[in-house]
Amino acid sequence: MTHIAEPEKLLEKLATDLKNLLELRAIDKPLMVGIHTGGAWLAEKLHKQLKLEDDLSTLDISFYRDDFSRIGMNPQVKTSNLPPQVEDRHIILVDDVLQTGRTIRAAMNEIFDYGRPASITLACLIERTGRELPIQADVVGQVLELAEKEQVKLTGPEPLAWEIKRSD
Amino acid sequence: MVNKPTRRTDEIIGKDLWNIQLDEQGRLKHFLTIEGLGTNILNQILDTAESFAGVNESVKKVPLLRGKTIVNLFFEASTRTRTTFELAAKRLSADVLNMNISASATSKGETLLDTLRNLEAMQTDMFVVRHADSGTAHFIANHVAPHIRVLNAGDGRHAHPTQAMLDMFTIRRNKGADFGKLRVAIVGDIMHSRVARSQIHALNTLNTGEVRVVGPKTLIPKDIESMGVSVFHDLQNGIKDADVVIMLRLQKERMTGASLPSEQEYYELYGLTEERFKLAKPDAIVMHPGPINRGVEIESSVADGDRSVILDQVTYGIAVRMAVMSMTLGGNIKRQDQEIKL
Repeated sequence: MTHIAEPEKLLEKLATDLKNLLELRAIDKPLMVGIHTGGAWLAEKLHKQLKLEDDLSTLDISFYRDDFSRIGMNPQVKTSNLPPQVEDRHIILVDDVLQTGRTIRAAMNEIFDYGRPASITLACLIERTGRELPIQADVVGQVLELAEKEQVKLTGPEPLAWEIKRSD
Repeated sequence: MVNKPTRRTDEIIGKDLWNIQLDEQGRLKHFLTIEGLGTNILNQILDTAESFAGVNESVKKVPLLRGKTIVNLFFEASTRTRTTFELAAKRLSADVLNMNISASATSKGETLLDTLRNLEAMQTDMFVVRHADSGTAHFIANHVAPHIRVLNAGDGRHAHPTQAMLDMFTIRRNKGADFGKLRVAIVGDIMHSRVARSQIHALNTLNTGEVRVVGPKTLIPKDIESMGVSVFHDLQNGIKDADVVIMLRLQKERMTGASLPSEQEYYELYGLTEERFKLAKPDAIVMHPGPINRGVEIESSVADGDRSVILDQVTYGIAVRMAVMSMTLGGNIKRQDQEIKL
């Protein structure tokens, strides 16, 4: 399996790249949204590093999953706390691992139930193989080639670490 | 739907009735009674309801049950319960059919099972059942097609589990999750109350410090102590130092004998007046499943007072019913792979 850099290291790169991208796109007051649970941990750190003005928001996409009728209710659903005004806001969506793209699809659906944002920028610590939807990240910590059986998961929040599993 | 198996009654006899509520993996399948459910399931309902309470305050509607059809089968009149079940289903994006059974096919001679078969043939997914006879929801759960889920919205004097859970949710929101330090008094017509029975089971499952029932001898079942409650026939003693006072409605429609001399006398002895409510703890809350009879079991100023959470109960009823609907309707297909791909 490919070597994965430490989460904190990747986070530094993500913060720098994100900062540059926001400048390039001339976005000055973005709304940062972390997806529970891994993405929320990362968003908290990114939020501090970028010194963003607006409060951090978190999103639990359990009610928007497309596999609900197969796997049922997530027993631990966190509350989403998006602000009432997402209309015309520039949103930075943060998640730990981008794989199938289904989580991001669900997150975007949920955001649109709150309003129509001006834009959504996706930042992921790891972008791995296995996409099932036409979704890609704008800012990435590391790109990983992984077999379908290989799973990488962020554990945390202190310290952040990778958990790698093979399901054979 | 081909080869729909009809379960024969003799297969069911001898089976623990309560366990039809859980699937092989111990997850909630039907919600018929609090009995037989563990602390973990009750807490899961309360936790899930907590996140739906957030939905109700913000976007109001999530796509979780889109494409599912939920049938409200009400054989007995109801306003609050039926409308909150309907709202809960709609906020989960399900479609809702309201069946007013007394005015439909059964009055033309169709049996209950035939009515059920017809509703199943319309490819519905859940029945929410209220009936004046105890055990109706169990009966229906035992006879429906395997993919259909049944929720009990009140059966006779037996159970009203979603009401009990919304009451637990109200208590938890106001008094915290540690039920062990709470003293809860349930006052009034315990005899005819399915709400009280379900509340007592839920409070005990959540390890409540002390559960009291308060009322005249004629309205309290004889062997109620065996349910793990203490009995008081005097209101003043019964609500003394209580953290939560739950008032029940006098169920005149279910009273057959001479249980009470008069409403006035009942109010004299058991009505919750402001003066009497002072005996409970200073921060005690007062609850009532509704509909309230002002001046019969509760004084208006108490029902409308700042320690009354009666209308919060109605609001929370939606979140709790959303929780139970989504827990029972999700994951109908056996979970093969616990790992969720991201």
